[in-house]
Order: sequence, then C-alpha cells, then structure tokens
Amino acid sequence: MNKLIIEPNPHIRSSNTTSQIMVGVIIAAIPSIIASTVFFGLKSLILIATCVSACIFFEFAFRLIFKKPHTIANFSAVITGILLAFCLPVTFPLYMAVIGSFVSIVIVKEMFGGIGQNFANPAIVGRIVLMLSFPSYMSNYVEPFFYNHADSSVDVVSSATPLAVEAGEILPSYLDLFLGNHGGTLGETSALALLLGFAYLLCMKIIRWITPVVFVGTVAVGTLVFGGDPLFAVLTGGVLLGAIFMATDYTTNPMTPHGKAIFAFGCGLITVIIRQFGGMPEGVAFSILTMNVLTPLIDRVTKTKPFGADSS
Amino acid sequence: MIINTVTLPVHNNSAEKATVTPELPEKVIISMAQSIGAPCEPLVKPGDRVLKGQLIGDSSGNVSAPVHASVSGKVSGETEILNISGKLSRAIVIETDSIQELHPDIKPPTVTDRESFLKAVRDSGSVGLGGAGFPTHLKLDYDRKRATADTLIINAAECEPFITSDYREIMELPHDVIEGIRLVMKYIGIPKALIGIEGDKPDAIEKMREVSANFPEITVKQLPAKYPQGAEKVIVYQMTGKLVKKGKLPLDSGCIVMNVSTISFLAEYMRTGIPLITRRVTIDGDEELIDKENAKNVFVPVGTTLEHLRKIAGLKREPARIIIGGPMMGSCVYDMNTPVVKTTGSVLFLGEPDFTRESPCIRCGKCIHVCSINLNPYEINRAYDAKNVEMLKKLCADMCMSCASCSFICPAKRHISEKGQLAKQLVLKK
Repeated sequence: MNKLIIEPNPHIRSSNTTSQIMVGVIIAAIPSIIASTVFFGLKSLILIATCVSACIFFEFAFRLIFKKPHTIANFSAVITGILLAFCLPVTFPLYMAVIGSFVSIVIVKEMFGGIGQNFANPAIVGRIVLMLSFPSYMSNYVEPFFYNHADSSVDVVSSATPLAVEAGEILPSYLDLFLGNHGGTLGETSALALLLGFAYLLCMKIIRWITPVVFVGTVAVGTLVFGGDPLFAVLTGGVLLGAIFMATDYTTNPMTPHGKAIFAFGCGLITVIIRQFGGMPEGVAFSILTMNVLTPLIDRVTKTKPFGADSS
Repeated sequence: MIINTVTLPVHNNSAEKATVTPELPEKVIISMAQSIGAPCEPLVKPGDRVLKGQLIGDSSGNVSAPVHASVSGKVSGETEILNISGKLSRAIVIETDSIQELHPDIKPPTVTDRESFLKAVRDSGSVGLGGAGFPTHLKLDYDRKRATADTLIINAAECEPFITSDYREIMELPHDVIEGIRLVMKYIGIPKALIGIEGDKPDAIEKMREVSANFPEITVKQLPAKYPQGAEKVIVYQMTGKLVKKGKLPLDSGCIVMNVSTISFLAEYMRTGIPLITRRVTIDGDEELIDKENAKNVFVPVGTTLEHLRKIAGLKREPARIIIGGPMMGSCVYDMNTPVVKTTGSVLFLGEPDFTRESPCIRCGKCIHVCSINLNPYEINRAYDAKNVEMLKKLCADMCMSCASCSFICPAKRHISEKGQLAKQLVLKK
C-alpha cells in the first residue's frame, strides 16, 4: 500500500483557475484588438504586442532579480499590457510604451507584492504617468483608416478625441461613435467591440454586471444633470473601456456587491466632475485611480452580515 | 433572503443500484466513541464470546449512546483508533465467527408513552447518521422549558456528490421513513413534519410523496440541487423560512432536524429490536480508480475496516486519498484499520488532488458569493493571518460550518476553509 495523502477538506476543487480567468479577460479584449486593427491599422497590433511583451518581460525580470516564484504563467501581465496599449493612441512611440509598461508592472504591481497586492490598477497608473510625462504624444490622435491614404508623404491626419472637439468642428455620428469610427486611443473607440467583450465576461461569470452598469449609469445621469448629452458622454472617451475592463479589476475594487456599487458610483461621479469642471477633456483614469485608493475604506464599511448574527 | 450556494459536479454512479450485502469481514473494530459526548466504557474483555446485537459499551455520561456488537464472535483484544475528530479512542476488536448468532435478549421494545419511547431510542444506540453523531434520544428529549418543537424536519438533502446512502434508504425503505416520522411525531408530540429532498432526486421525491399521501401532517418539499442544502441552518431556513440565530439551535426556532436514515432506523428498531449495528455505506470514487459498475452501496457491520472495504471496492489501482464522508466535508484517513462507525455514510477512493499549490489571492470575491451563511471568508483569512481575534469575532468567524464552498470555488486554490476552521478555534479558545 502506497502512502495516503492527508489534506484538509474539500477534496474536490472547481476547475476554475486564476489563469483561466485571465485568459477569459484576454478573450474578452479580442474584439477591441480587432476593432483597433481595423480602424488604426497594423501599427496598433504592433503597439499592443510591444506593451504585452514589455509587461511580460518586466514581470519575469523583476521576479528573477528578487528571487520570487514566477507568475507570468497566470497571464495577468498580458492583460496589463493589452489594457495599457488600449489607452494609447496609435501614433504613440514604442519606446514610450515600454516606459509605461515598466511603470505598470514594476512600480505599481510588483513593488507592492505582485498579483493581488497592487493598490491601483497597473494599466490606469501607466496611462496616467504617460499622460503627465508625454502629454502631446498621448493626445496625438488620428482619424481612423488614415493608413488608407495613398500619399504616404503626407503626415497622418491629426484628429482630436471627440471629447476635445473645438466648437464649430463636426462631431462624429452616434453610429460612428458606437462602431468606433472616430479618433481616440486604441481600445476606447469601438463601443461595439467593448460591449461584445462585456457580454463575454458576463457569460463566463468573470465579472459581475454591477460595476460597469452603475459606472456607466452614473456618467449618463450625471451628464444629463449638467445639461450634456448622456449618450455622447458614454460613447466617447474611456468610459466603456474603463467601466468594463478597468473598474472591474478584482484586486483594486471592493469585494461585496454593495462595495462595488459605491465604487462604481464614485468612478462615474468623478468622471463627470472632471469632464465638466477639470482642465482635461477626460477623467476616467483619474476617477478609477481615486476609487482604487478608496477601495480598502469601502471594503471596511461594507461588511457582509452573517445570517442569524446579532445585529450589532 | 437568498442563501448563497455553489453548484458541485454530479457523481451518482451508485444511485440506481440496490444495496448489496458483501461477505462479512474477518474482524471488526468497534469504536467506543461513536457519538458526540462521553465515550463508552467497554463491557466485555478479551476472550469473551459476544453475540450480534449484544451491548458491549456504555457510558453513564449524559451525552452518550451505547455501542453494540455488530457480529458474533470472540473478543480478541482492545485497541486504540484515531477518530475522525482527531482524538484517540478505545475500540474492541471482535473476530467474526461463521454462526452470526443474534443475542437472545433482542426483541422489539415495548413502547407505550414518551418515556418508554425515549428509553427505547437510547437502547437502540441511535445517533444522528448524517454525520454529526448526536445521540438521537437527547435530540428528542429536548428541554421543553426552552422551546416547543412544532416541526420535525427530515434532512434527505444529501447535497454532497458521490454519497447516495440516504437516497437508497428512501428508495428501499420508504415505509420505514414514514413510520419513523409518525413514531417521533406521536411520542414526542410534534404536529407536523417536512421532508426536504434535493430536486436532482425526482424519484425519491415522488416515492416519498406517494407513501406520505395518506398523512396530511407530512409534507415533502423540494430543495434546490445546490450545495449545501443539508446544512442544518440552511435546511431549516429553506423548509420553514426561519433563521437559526447565532449560538442557537434549530429547536429555538421550533424545529427538530433529523437525518432520513436515522428516522428510518428508529422504525426498524421498534419493529425488530436490533440495535444500530449495520450501516449502509456508499463506496465510490474517481473513475480512474473505481469503475462505474463498481460504485455501490453496501450493508456492512459497524466496525468493518477500510481494508475490508477496499477489497470490496474492486479498485483499479492504489488510491492516493481515502475519504470518509463526502468530498466537501469528509476527512482523509491514512490508517487502513480505521473502522466504519455509525455515522460513516460513504467511503471514497480518490486519486491525487488536482491542485496542490496555492497561488496568490486575486480578490475575486467568489468566496464571499458562495458562503451560505454570508460570512466574508476573505476577511476572516486575513484577520486570522494577523491573529486579530477582535476582528475575527466581529466577522463571526465562529459561525463557519466548514462547508468548504469557499475553498472549492477559489480560483487561486487557496485553503480558505481550512484557515476558517483555524480562525474558528482561535475565537472559541479566547
């Protein structure tokens, strides 16, 4: 008789693993990757690949240098890379993208202990650091399908994100906004692609509906209150990208449904306030970062109430 | 209020096969500690000849149930075995003879009123067969000043995979189940009874509805086929809508919860007088170890060793893990001399675990969403790591019932439930 294994119960485990969840998120990002390639050309694929490779490399190297067990097999670095690239315009220089990846992985994620330990979403902070460091490059948006212009000697047609459109310029139609046929960063332009990813994440039970719905709902209602166009507000900028892919990041948002609702409401509210009163056209990244920081506090005030426990 | 649940994989290869009685083991090892409470003192010594059904262990302790010889034969010695609870207990070893003579004193008990009924229940050696092992006579002889039981809940949820022994009890002895319910209702004075069966056992629901048709005071209720319906607090809530408060018993909500096999045994005992010496045990496990055809329920004498059960099981290869109880709440055993006790409903032969390494928590919150008593396993784990007893008390860590849904669902394969148990001990100690 061979030796028997002794282990605590349970003796069966669900087949669901961390890497499966991460692969699920990557699959959910595929429609947006395709959309960005369609609208902004192969260069967007190169940018995404650069960020992903840089993120994987930095995580691997950090863990190697500090003699920690490797974690690249859980694919979370891939997601950080994809999401960071989603925040960049297609014209963004590759070496700067590598700097962003360094900030995301090394400073935000690994220095705080790696997966599950970071206080803020790595891609969000990466985006913010790049935004503050290279503002002109970060807002160098181009028209979709610019790569079709036969005359390559002409500089690519610059375009503002619809949020920053000056008075008098023509705004894209709702349909163009929905499909993604307008200027913006790689991942944020196509609402259709993001919603496909959202549907997949919900079907696979990777995320719960509450964060994205409350986030987007708050932005819509808040914009309406300030006299804006709610549909336009939701379809432009990073609202959908942030609400679906970034505000739902497990590690940096509260764990209970009530907490998630408070978190998402805060994200939406701060987004609207920054857009209305701030100096920048976009506020999604800052709103999520702010709420990330507040997450431990929200977790503290939204405890679960055990059934039958004293009401104290 | 919705009770959080988790959906477990279905393993019911043993469900549709009639229980078989395999050959008798050459020896049985009968534990003197087969119920919660005081262990029994042996009443026989090595060399004695004992007969089937003979009283061989009893205790003067209040919380205790007597132990009987499950075979006839010669007492060959006394030994010590490790209980599922991790405590050593005395055990009597009996070498089985070929006669299997029943003790002459065994005859149906005379029951006329509450007192004689309770005495008969005690004499039967009955304990809660669902796994808790609480002496049945004590559950029925409850403190009537404390509360009045108005509902008898029969727990036939059998919510863990693999185990089908309660299901077979219903399919094979439905009339005993009803008879047992009626006896308890009559002598203990409980006006109504509810039988809870999970919806994935439609045959059992139909069978119980059929045999209880003439008794309007007995109602069969379908439970969702989700884990953990069989947990006491959960089944009380699902059946009556009443919450069992922290630190309270179902009795305080007017309910007495009994396992279906226990109730059916009582009916059988009142008819035959044969005490609790035989146990229906589900033998099953991973399909790489045990063929579908070999998964079965067997009647074995209490005291049958795992070694004997392993022979009966017909394994294809050596198991890596042997579990007594279900895959969610059962315990690993490592000693092949571990005997079947009254509460052993199943023995599972499993291969190597699929996941052995923990990875970092990603704060997905799934553990919170599956906790049936709405605890926060994540925070309890953190507070335990910090040995923060005050926080553990606030989080009600002592309410954890070790259903292990949190560990089951965890994508990082963390031992959340194990730490929950340690946290519970920490709170109870302070």
